Amino acid sequence: MIEIKDLHKKFGRLQVLDGVSLQIADQGIFAILGPNGSGKTTLIKSILGMVIPQKGEIYVNGQPVKGQWEYRRQINYLPQIARFPENISVTELLQMIKNLRSQPANDAELIELFGLQGHLHKKLGNLSGGTKQKVNIVLAFMFDSPIFILDEPTTGLDPVSLLRLKDLLRKEKEAGKTILITTHIMDFVETMADEIVFLLEGNIYFKGTLDELKKKSNQQDLEHAIANILAENS
Amino acid sequence: MQRYLGLLGLLLLNLPLWGQIRVCADCEIKTIREAVALAQPHDTIFVQTGVYQENTIIINKPLVLLGQGQPVIDGNHNGNLIEIKADSVEIAAFTIRNVGVSYTKDLAAILLTKADHFYIHDNRLEKVFFGILVEKSHHGRIVNNVVSSEAEEEFTSGNGIHLWSCRDVLIKGNELFGLRDGIYLEFVEQSTIIDNHSHDNIRYGLHFMFSNHDNYYDNTFERNGAGVAVMFSKFINMKRNRFYKNWGTASFGLLLKEIYDAEIENNVFEENTIAINIEGSTRVNYFHNDLIRNGWAVKVAGGCYANIFENNNFIDNSFDVSYNTKMNDNRFLGNYWSSYTGYDLNRDGIGDVPYRPVKLFSYIVGRTPETIILLRSLFIDILNFSEKVSPVFTPDNLVDEAPKMKITHD
Amino acid sequence: MIKVLQYSFYDLIRSRWSYVYFLFYLVLGFALLFLNNSISKAVITLMNVIVVLTPMIGTIFGIMYYYSSREFTELLLAQPLRRRTIFLGQYLGVALSLTLSLVFGLGLPFAFYGLGQSAEMGNFALLLLSGAFLTFIFVALAFIIGLRNDNRIKGFSYAILIWLLLAVIYDGIFLISLIIFEDYPLDKFTLIATMFNPIDLSRILILLKLDISALLGYTGAIFQKFFGTQTGLFTSLGVLIVWTLVPVYFIVRLARKKDF
Repeated sequence: MIEIKDLHKKFGRLQVLDGVSLQIADQGIFAILGPNGSGKTTLIKSILGMVIPQKGEIYVNGQPVKGQWEYRRQINYLPQIARFPENISVTELLQMIKNLRSQPANDAELIELFGLQGHLHKKLGNLSGGTKQKVNIVLAFMFDSPIFILDEPTTGLDPVSLLRLKDLLRKEKEAGKTILITTHIMDFVETMADEIVFLLEGNIYFKGTLDELKKKSNQQDLEHAIANILAENS
Repeated sequence: MQRYLGLLGLLLLNLPLWGQIRVCADCEIKTIREAVALAQPHDTIFVQTGVYQENTIIINKPLVLLGQGQPVIDGNHNGNLIEIKADSVEIAAFTIRNVGVSYTKDLAAILLTKADHFYIHDNRLEKVFFGILVEKSHHGRIVNNVVSSEAEEEFTSGNGIHLWSCRDVLIKGNELFGLRDGIYLEFVEQSTIIDNHSHDNIRYGLHFMFSNHDNYYDNTFERNGAGVAVMFSKFINMKRNRFYKNWGTASFGLLLKEIYDAEIENNVFEENTIAINIEGSTRVNYFHNDLIRNGWAVKVAGGCYANIFENNNFIDNSFDVSYNTKMNDNRFLGNYWSSYTGYDLNRDGIGDVPYRPVKLFSYIVGRTPETIILLRSLFIDILNFSEKVSPVFTPDNLVDEAPKMKITHD
Repeated sequence: MIKVLQYSFYDLIRSRWSYVYFLFYLVLGFALLFLNNSISKAVITLMNVIVVLTPMIGTIFGIMYYYSSREFTELLLAQPLRRRTIFLGQYLGVALSLTLSLVFGLGLPFAFYGLGQSAEMGNFALLLLSGAFLTFIFVALAFIIGLRNDNRIKGFSYAILIWLLLAVIYDGIFLISLIIFEDYPLDKFTLIATMFNPIDLSRILILLKLDISALLGYTGAIFQKFFGTQTGLFTSLGVLIVWTLVPVYFIVRLARKKDF
């Protein structure tokens, strides 16, 4: 469970999060939506401790995260842009992360699933964007952690891999995991998300199920619902 | 021939019979003073092993005093110990110690006044104020003595061998340490100083004042306040001497002040704060000297005219040559400079680019000594380089047009 | 931290730049010995090079590595690791690999020329020690600049500027102020001003051994006392250690508060 209380974050003069409070329950897929610059990534990075908020508290499984680092053992993170050290090979990267976390990992299975066997000894700098994203996904899914935080996981994926990713997500959900996803692909949200958190100008504009959002905005599909929200608030 | 030899043998055999006096604790004559009083001119006094608590022994006739088994004359810090006032006196093989200290009189272990043809040799002079003090005496020899004291300050200490108004004196093979000046010469003419070792003296190892036509060869000067000071003197030859480790706040290997017509050749200056410090000198030739790892190799202050530096080796000195003026009337030619960076395309052993031994930084340090802390910093290198390209503060004609590529040994 | 250090270190050891740096010192060492033909003279020339070059390479390499390892850093930040661990590990990785390049690059030619038997062994060791200190100090300064500036061009400019400042400009200002105030007693000021610049400090440290400390004693009693005894050596070493620890402390502090 993740609990966020009255979170404030400013970058310079720009108020990115303005008193966000949020509770995310234990099982399910939670989509964090919002226009560009609404604070999605900042919110995620705050949970991970990569961004230090000016005010507010975050609890992961009941423990405050401020100044802590052990709790990240319970989180699998997929960053928005797959950027890796360019000098090392895929195997070395996987080895390194496994070594750093010293947890059991099922990377072999995932490598096969995404067809990465042929790329294992290539330097990361020489991989295409899509392949890098696959490596990114392997890294994020290879540990058995209760919380997943995925920042734009679909970027650059081919349809086959996208299907595999969806399967993976369903499997992890079945296993009782909490999964946080930010994305711009509404179709993905509609098929996958149990609950939606909509961020607008650093605040939570809406939190609830897909149906509740449609109802609130009087629209038939998600894309229109969101377009409507944005039009109302501009 | 045989007849003469026989006669000589007879003479030698008879010698003990006349002209000899023995002094010892058990002898008939127990003090040196007594023996001197009894002796006839040209007698020999043999002083046996023992400690003789005597001072102010006045020798006023030609005598030979010979120590046997290193007898000790202990003056108990009272007055002069031996005063020689006659010609042809020889004193040898004594230990003479504890000379009185006075702020008004120059008390000495051996004082010679108007005593020509003296011969002082193989003595040990310890805890002296002055060691051997010679006044208006000529044609003498001071050989193989060891003179030492425990000098701490200049005004409470004296000199090891001190000559005043003398001519034709040989000072050879002596060791001098812990004194004010090891050897001090004032108004001394035509004298020679050879093979002495003067070290750890608080002022100078060797000090010339108003002395002309003298030579000093093959001496070693180490760890003195300054090695050798030559002041107000003419025609001095300085050859094959070694100046080592004269370090400190104002320490020199060789200090020249108002010197004319001197020859400085084949000397070695190593690890001195300033190897050669010149305050006014004219027509002095510096040939074949080695200047190694000194702070300043040659530091020129004041008027120096018509001096010549040729075939010297300047090796790893912090500063090779330092001037405090922009004027130069001296010639530098054919020296080896370890900091020379030029090339020799025609392979004749002489660099094709002239060398400028004076750096801007040495001028700056001359003005503000604290700036020495910036020695070898990049900024200073840049500064030196720009001055080298267009001299503003340093003499622009001070150039060695034929710098050697290799060290020359001869 | 050891693990992070390890990865940074291997990453660097395999990078082209480490080899370039290592080869540069190797060639420099051989060239100096070949041209000078005497170890003691080569050591003096080497001093100028080390005092100027190690800080420059330390800052530039440090800032380069900091920026080019942003991805690696972000990857690590999401892992269960302390921030201190991540940044100190990376810092030590860079500083160590540079130091090793220096030590082996110069050490090999000198060992080859029979340094072991030479009287210059101690001087040479001190030279390498100063080089190591300067590397650690300037890599740390580069990391601080990197942590404070996300803009790479700005960061690079600051890095070069800080090198230029400490290697050249500082001494220029120092010299000018000494000349302006030459009528006042300056020895204490001089000593203190030296302590505030690690480049000056290590230059003095080497000078104490290489050149003649008595030459520095020329200027007066305080210098004499400081430089003529072991005090100078130990004080300089001590201050160099402080100079290393303070920036490292700032790395930890800045890393703790920074957003990624």
